[in-house]
Amino acid sequence: MAYLSIRQVSKAFGGPPVVDAVDLEVPQGRFFALLGPSGCGKTTLLRMIAGFETPDSGTIAIDGEVMNAIPPHLRPTNMVFQSYAIFPHLSVFDNIAYGLRKLRLPKNELKARVEAMLATVRLEGLSGRGAGQLSGGQRQRVALARALVRQPKLLLLDEPLAALDKRLREAMQVELRQLQRQVGITFLMVTHDQEEALSLADQVAVMNNGKILQVASPRELYERPNCREVADFIGEINFFHATVKAVDGDRVTVNGGLLGVVALPRANILFDAAVGDALLLAIRPEDIGFADAGLAGTLAASTFLGETTLFQVQVAGRSDPIVVSNYFDPPSKDVHLNFPPDMLIGLPES
Amino acid sequence: MRKHALLLYALAYLAFLYVPVLVLPIFSFNDSQFIAFPLAGFTTRWYARLGADTAMLHALGNSLKVGMATALLSTLLGLLAARAVTRYRLRGTHAALGFISLPLFIPDIVLGISLLLMLGAIGLPLSLGAVVLGHLLVCVPFAITVLVARFEGFDRDLEEASADLGEDGWMTFWRVTFPLILPGILASLLLTFITSFDEFLVAYFLSGTEPTLPVYIWGQLRFPERLPMVLALGAIILAVSVALVALAEYVRNAGVKKPMVGA
Repeated sequence: MAYLSIRQVSKAFGGPPVVDAVDLEVPQGRFFALLGPSGCGKTTLLRMIAGFETPDSGTIAIDGEVMNAIPPHLRPTNMVFQSYAIFPHLSVFDNIAYGLRKLRLPKNELKARVEAMLATVRLEGLSGRGAGQLSGGQRQRVALARALVRQPKLLLLDEPLAALDKRLREAMQVELRQLQRQVGITFLMVTHDQEEALSLADQVAVMNNGKILQVASPRELYERPNCREVADFIGEINFFHATVKAVDGDRVTVNGGLLGVVALPRANILFDAAVGDALLLAIRPEDIGFADAGLAGTLAASTFLGETTLFQVQVAGRSDPIVVSNYFDPPSKDVHLNFPPDMLIGLPES
Repeated sequence: MRKHALLLYALAYLAFLYVPVLVLPIFSFNDSQFIAFPLAGFTTRWYARLGADTAMLHALGNSLKVGMATALLSTLLGLLAARAVTRYRLRGTHAALGFISLPLFIPDIVLGISLLLMLGAIGLPLSLGAVVLGHLLVCVPFAITVLVARFEGFDRDLEEASADLGEDGWMTFWRVTFPLILPGILASLLLTFITSFDEFLVAYFLSGTEPTLPVYIWGQLRFPERLPMVLALGAIILAVSVALVALAEYVRNAGVKKPMVGA
């Protein structure tokens, strides 16, 4: 039984559904990311879990308890808002203690809990500060502390790092990951940043147009995306139209157009393919090699990325350039590309 | 050259605005019953006599009562309206706000006469209560305007964050919304009080036998020997009004400078 269980949840705001019959299971104690482009419905889904929106249909259950009729202030969830929503009229201490009022703790116990939380998010000594005197990173820590101090069953994070600059964001990524391991609370993060989702989460659900496309570990999402949209959204990838010629044993032979006839492992075909089916061959830029022979093309552009360089190779009979990533520049502008069959994956066409 | 001309214009304009007003305090200290130059000498006896004028003090009491009731009621109504129009998407919000503001554009004399006829028609006696009702018409739009601006200035996420942290709607209002809009509430109280306190026409028609201060002053103007006292009274009202409006502006701005959003 999943810890957070979403079944057939839909929501529309007077138009087409923003969240469309979503099923999702989130296990306990993990860092889970909901990844998708803006407007894909991920924030609406998060707000329904927090109770700020009501599903039109379907159920949301946390730890076995159906939440649909429970108002936000009684749910075992806490949220880190994208804007952080730090109370501007309260000090850091009072912000963090805000959600503990109902526990009616003795003064010294309240103080101890807030101080311990401040230490967890590394804000020792700032408890007297006003909200206006905090930096962006500090605000984010206060927002985290304020939510975590209530020991929620589920911590919801709405684009938690989007408001920070790049360096701070990278530092906070590491911290957020450590924090989740340390407190052991289930984190559910919404983000549009695929790199953030892949580096932080144990499991990622990719969402688009109100639907969940794939739920998998970051590695699996990258290496075995289940459809063109996921493959396209996560990192760079090249697609080639192809048709299945033969299926024999653990190899599938396909007619790959520019790639010629290739036999790839059956396990690389990520759907139920039969002879004659159209399929989409996909390969990551780093899996394509420069070689002495192979598909001929010309170097159209290159982007130096530090460790590697991304090359755009124009080939005859194809309008989009093929994207290749390599550590070294090829010896000349006229190149040959090698596509190792084991690195090709087969996705359903369309 | 042009700079000088502009400066001259500005000074002339300021004189046009404030010289007539300054006449009031000047003659209130003049040791003569007649309002004419040259000044006769300095005295504070008009002010001293004011303190002994029980009818005037009674009228002042009436004005304070009406002003405070109007300020509290219109700010309360304004608070509810401002919250509704900024927090919910309701149909007809725009039209409703327009109709609420309409009394501001109706001439006070028309408003006064209509209210007088209306009260007569439904059989309500003329009273200070009737004056409060009339003043509400004029003051509620002010209260709404001041408070809507305050509500719009703060991040809705703050109220959701409070709910998320376990507080229901009522506690969220007291712990988050109220402290954040407090400057707006104070500004609204001061502005509506001043508006009511200074209002003459509606009060003239509706106060019956219990005059408010402006109505009382109007009555006194028939007696030339009492004119210097009226001037002294006017000077005090002027000073207090200016002080209150300045205070209202100060409170409003002090609130605005503080960060209003959680970002």
